[in-house]
Amino acid sequence: MAITSTVSPDGNQVTIYIQGRFDFSSHQEFRGAYEKLAQAPAHYRVDLQGTSYLDSSALGMLLLLRDYAGGEQSNIQIVNCAPDVKKILLISNFEQLFDIQ
Amino acid sequence: MNNVRRLKILVADDTDTDRLILESIVRKEGHNVVSACNGLEAVQVYIAEKPDIVLLDALMPELDGFGAARKIKELAGDELVPIIFLTSLSDTESLVQCLDAGGDDFLSKPYNRIILQAKIKSFNRMRELHSTMLAQHNQIMQYNNRLLQEQTVAKHVFDNVAHSGCLNASNVRYFLSSLAVFNGDVLVAAMRPNGSMMVLLGDFTGHGLPAAIGAMPLASTFYGMVPKGFSMTDILREINGKLKNILPVGIFCCATMMDINFRKKRLKIWNGGLPDCFVYHHKEGNVTSVKSTHLPLGVLSNRAFKDNCEYFELQKEDRIFVWSDGIHEARNAQGEMFGEGRLKEVFSSTSAPDHLFDGIIEAVQQFVGGGEKDDDLSLLEIRMDEPSRVNSFAKEASDRFGNSEIEWTMGFEVKPTSFKVFDPLPMLLNVLMEVPSLRAFSSTLYTILAELYTNALEHGVLKLDSNLKQTSDGFSDYYELREQRINQVTEGFVRINIAHKTNENGGLLKVRIEDSGDGFDYQARTTDNLSTFGYSGRGIALVEKLCGAVTYLGCGNIVEVAFSWVNDD
Repeated sequence: MAITSTVSPDGNQVTIYIQGRFDFSSHQEFRGAYEKLAQAPAHYRVDLQGTSYLDSSALGMLLLLRDYAGGEQSNIQIVNCAPDVKKILLISNFEQLFDIQ
Repeated sequence: MNNVRRLKILVADDTDTDRLILESIVRKEGHNVVSACNGLEAVQVYIAEKPDIVLLDALMPELDGFGAARKIKELAGDELVPIIFLTSLSDTESLVQCLDAGGDDFLSKPYNRIILQAKIKSFNRMRELHSTMLAQHNQIMQYNNRLLQEQTVAKHVFDNVAHSGCLNASNVRYFLSSLAVFNGDVLVAAMRPNGSMMVLLGDFTGHGLPAAIGAMPLASTFYGMVPKGFSMTDILREINGKLKNILPVGIFCCATMMDINFRKKRLKIWNGGLPDCFVYHHKEGNVTSVKSTHLPLGVLSNRAFKDNCEYFELQKEDRIFVWSDGIHEARNAQGEMFGEGRLKEVFSSTSAPDHLFDGIIEAVQQFVGGGEKDDDLSLLEIRMDEPSRVNSFAKEASDRFGNSEIEWTMGFEVKPTSFKVFDPLPMLLNVLMEVPSLRAFSSTLYTILAELYTNALEHGVLKLDSNLKQTSDGFSDYYELREQRINQVTEGFVRINIAHKTNENGGLLKVRIEDSGDGFDYQARTTDNLSTFGYSGRGIALVEKLCGAVTYLGCGNIVEVAFSWVNDD
């Protein structure tokens, strides 16, 4: 499981990429990707292009990110979901909490 | 003189004085001279010395100039050896005779030195031009021969890859013509494990080698996936992705793919960019066309690719006709195209369905006549028939799958020593992915198994409490505690039981997971907590949505779900 992240040059946006399975085992890495930034970005992007599977602990981790990023005021995009990954997100009503592309 | 290199010039004259004068003029121009005193000798000297230019007296003993000229031209073959006749004759007829014998020019006696010099220069230029042309011609011939030879070898490989499969089945007829050694059209057909037939007719942009190159990965993907039972949409996606990756922009593959189920008499069809296919209804004698509703293969990324198909219920003897645009765009001598109208005409005027296939080809060939062929031309006919009459494979598969259901169960227990080192999920998923019709659901099945196994392990065996996960730090604490306990665990188990059973349209997968824990009061469980906003507690609600229901048994330490699916073919 590899979690990588990139920050835009102005520090305003962080993109977190998740490869393979997205579950509790990547919890520390995932948390590190947004908590260890020098400057809190205004926009977060979670890129699930390489994500083949996710489970409910991954959903919990996305919610942790959301609360960290300001809860209702947060600005988080979840992008590049494969159809069945998207299905899990939609079943969980996550489209009401995140901007799912 | 500077711009003419030293040439070797043959001077043939039986009059010694004339010859000596000529020799000295030519030599003064800086050329080498070889001499002959009659026609016969001139030919011999020519053979021995291979001069660049020949100056021949017309009238000589032994063999006259005309005879010598013919002989020399014959010996020279493709090479240009300019022959200039030297003559005191001035009547038109004699001069014409000089040229008729193969002479290139004539020079009247007495010689004009300036004119002779100019003529030698001019003929040398022509000679050089000719030899350059000859060398280039030979090179082109050589290249062309090599190209054809290479193409023949490559075509052999291509044919083996592209035209294996089941095109020889009794209900398939096809016609492929091509402009070049290679065909820009590709036709592949193979049997699926369930006895249905998959066929793909593709038309790559362009002709010949560039088009055929794309056909190789297409054919190898097709023949790799169909016998393994992948669905048509999986195969289309795989081919599309592969072509998109390897083909340059602007080269793509218009294609129609079909899955023909002889047992259920059903046709599933996807058309991306080929002309309307015709489904000919035997009983009614009419035709339904299947329009292209998709972009060709290799244009869109897999994300944007659309794989929805059309379905037809067919009767025995119904026929499906698929063609490349080569038929519609075949032109006659007047540049008119054959067009769909004429194609429909063939259908309405042919009374015996067996003659449709030949009728179409005849009509196109008659229409084109002596006209220029400008596209690959392909036609495919597939007749709906009983499995037993299609081929032995279809018969066997139909007997095997027709009435019987496939049923198996699998039991699996994770023991205390394995919990920390072994994750059973990838292995279980691998087993399930061996079932072709389940492949489309890999993500869903993973989520179902992961939720149930995680609960059994974390709450049952490790006795962790989800209430810990109410804060961000609690979330981390929970997984730290999990790490600790999993390293210490000495007793307990998780038993996984999977039962698989297919039916006519799909199947049912029952999953039962039992753990060694104390269970919980499942009667008091609320069903929908997907709308709660905690960091945990979503797992079972998610599984409930995916499976319809989650049933607890025992003291709550046993959970059962059933996942049912419908085959898309």
